[in-house]
Amino acid sequence: MSPLVPNRHRGKLIVVEGIDGSGKSTQLSLLSQWLRAQCIAVAFSEWNSSPLVRETTKRGKKKNMFTPVTFSLIHATDFADRLERYIVPLVKAGAVVCADRYAYTAFARDVVRGVSRRWVRNLYRFSLRPNLAFYFRVPLEVAIGRILGGRNAIKFYEAGMDMGLSRNVEESFRIFQGRILDEYEAMIQEVGFHVIDATGSIEEQQQQMRDIVMRELGESLRNGIMRAPRGDLDVAQAAARVL
Amino acid sequence: MLLKQPLEFYSESLAGVDRSELQGKLIVIEGPDSVGRSTQVARLRTWLEHQGHAVLDTGLARGALAGKGISQAKEGNTLGPITMTLFYATDFADRLENEIVPALRAGFVVLTDRYIFSLMARAIARGEDRAWIERVASFALVPHAIYYLRAEVRDLVPRVVLGRGAFDHWESGMDMRFGTDMHDSFVKYQSRVIHALDRMAKRYNFVVIDATKTPDQIFRELQRSIGKLF
Repeated sequence: MSPLVPNRHRGKLIVVEGIDGSGKSTQLSLLSQWLRAQCIAVAFSEWNSSPLVRETTKRGKKKNMFTPVTFSLIHATDFADRLERYIVPLVKAGAVVCADRYAYTAFARDVVRGVSRRWVRNLYRFSLRPNLAFYFRVPLEVAIGRILGGRNAIKFYEAGMDMGLSRNVEESFRIFQGRILDEYEAMIQEVGFHVIDATGSIEEQQQQMRDIVMRELGESLRNGIMRAPRGDLDVAQAAARVL
Repeated sequence: MLLKQPLEFYSESLAGVDRSELQGKLIVIEGPDSVGRSTQVARLRTWLEHQGHAVLDTGLARGALAGKGISQAKEGNTLGPITMTLFYATDFADRLENEIVPALRAGFVVLTDRYIFSLMARAIARGEDRAWIERVASFALVPHAIYYLRAEVRDLVPRVVLGRGAFDHWESGMDMRFGTDMHDSFVKYQSRVIHALDRMAKRYNFVVIDATKTPDQIFRELQRSIGKLF
């Protein structure tokens, strides 16, 4: 399998992965805030956030124009845009970039949608390798419970409805996410994920994350990382949300 | 006639495509900007239709999915090189699956002005990894014939000046700034593109055509060769 590009810059890249409802976004947010509280310059990046590509993705979804390959490619395009214009410059500048979802989301999801494992891993070969990649492991039913309990209706593509798994949105979602879960599980060793038990309390999970960050990156976080003076935290936050 | 896949492609089969159903012919005309591809494609189309063939012609950045997005992004001049390559790859995949494959299935002759080769050459010219982009593009069908209209950069420059009358930002590779002005950048960039295409010629079995000949001479050469496919 093709490895990603090693990070030889001053800054660090931390990513979280997991199926929807795994709680990863909450944990990443808490981690970012903790880092900021230590006066570290933090930037945040999430999946599907390129303004340049957004219209195309929206149009494609609306008109159901995607095939496995084009779906994979448009998301890779979006990802490349974030990476080239936002993530890499910030990591080079010495910031800690926290990414909610990364190439591994594509590895899991695009394979379930029908492209080969080898092809999608090659596709993302240009990506910077994260310093830390967390995988939030959650049983399928727990994740589904959280999603159905909490949010708006599940969307068409989210449920994999274009794949004809089931006529029922919930059932389709269950099957689709179940397969994605299997792909994540199968890549743990390959990626070197730090696995977090997402059924633990929020506090427990966060503590685990922080312990791992301190153990793996503690030294670098003291030297070399860009600092953000206290009082400028709101400015840093606003700047980080620019995308 | 079954389309066979050569060993060079790390083939990624497209979902839902039964290659035995594809009865048409896939003909590719490749070459750098301003070399005269569109002129030849137009003439070939007319000729083929006179011969009684149904013809589809298609080219880069014109697909329904990504065509508009690419045009808009290009206007803003802010696409990174990898992003641009992948945007074009998305458009190509869309046209392949939604236009080219159905046309081939229906027995059309598909004439395409550029294919994955220009896409790869542009990526390579921008310093991107050749093995990477070759593997990304490996879902493409192998054409029945690939005609590479070959010219040196010094032959292309007058065509830009006398044709469009101006150098274009993207065709000059100005996103990478290969030179301080568009002329210098064009020369450097297109040299790299030509070099990349030259390297592919043998590997992918291009029929290389001297594009410095007259359009009539080039057309006759193409006609002769394409005629043998039927």
